[in-house]
Amino acid sequence: MKYKMEKMIANQNINLNEEGYLTDLNQWNKEVALELAKEANIEMTDKHWEVVDFLQQSHKNDTILSIRRVGKSGVVDIKQFYQLFPNGPLKTSSKIAGIPKPVCCI
Amino acid sequence: MEEKEVKPVKKMCLILSKATLDNVYACFILANGARMEGIQSEIFFTFFGLEAITKKKLEHLHVATVGNPAMHMPTMLGGLPGMEAFATKMMKDEMEKLDIPPVGEFLEMLNAAGTKLWGCKLAMDMFHLKKEDLIDDLDGVLTVGDFYARAEGEGSHIVFI
Repeated sequence: MKYKMEKMIANQNINLNEEGYLTDLNQWNKEVALELAKEANIEMTDKHWEVVDFLQQSHKNDTILSIRRVGKSGVVDIKQFYQLFPNGPLKTSSKIAGIPKPVCCI
Repeated sequence: MEEKEVKPVKKMCLILSKATLDNVYACFILANGARMEGIQSEIFFTFFGLEAITKKKLEHLHVATVGNPAMHMPTMLGGLPGMEAFATKMMKDEMEKLDIPPVGEFLEMLNAAGTKLWGCKLAMDMFHLKKEDLIDDLDGVLTVGDFYARAEGEGSHIVFI
């Protein structure tokens, strides 16, 4: 059985999986993202939003995401990516972007 | 219900002692994978592992076709001229498909991700290597004792490759 839970985030009922990732990107909006970022101790700047936008676009295009891909995106380099999202950049940013946890090791 | 005490991994200290591509990539992927999870990581390059950070050699590393049972070929065949180059090219092609970068780019990625890269002093002396022979991103040259000192603290693990 697939584990699921509902959580009130930014006054909306959001479906999350067992690791706290959104299961439906349609439920995502900026208020939800801000709340998720706060839980990760991240204060969103324009650069953070640019990364989030890139991740969502890649997800919609079925691109498999990796640190290397983000580093080549033209949005941020790898060093900046780690500075923006210090504790596990790809996981943290994906969670905030409302997309599934990336299943990649690079 | 009994609560289990959780002791997460905090730091991975990897020792790379070989320079065949499979060993080098295993080491780099473990180090990078740690950083991706918010875990600290460091690599101590010793003995032949130094080739992976030697400027002139790092893009010319090979897969071992002799003495590698996973190649599933007779040992004598693996020793034929060109066989190692062929196996190496096959492996590199497959890795590119999986978005795994070449050695030089991988080292840059690790440096950008905050993985510390250390050369082993004794092995450098043995192979007559100077700091200038090694990549510019190297964080320094250490003795074994220095490296152990960096592994102090709860949640640190040392892995020999």
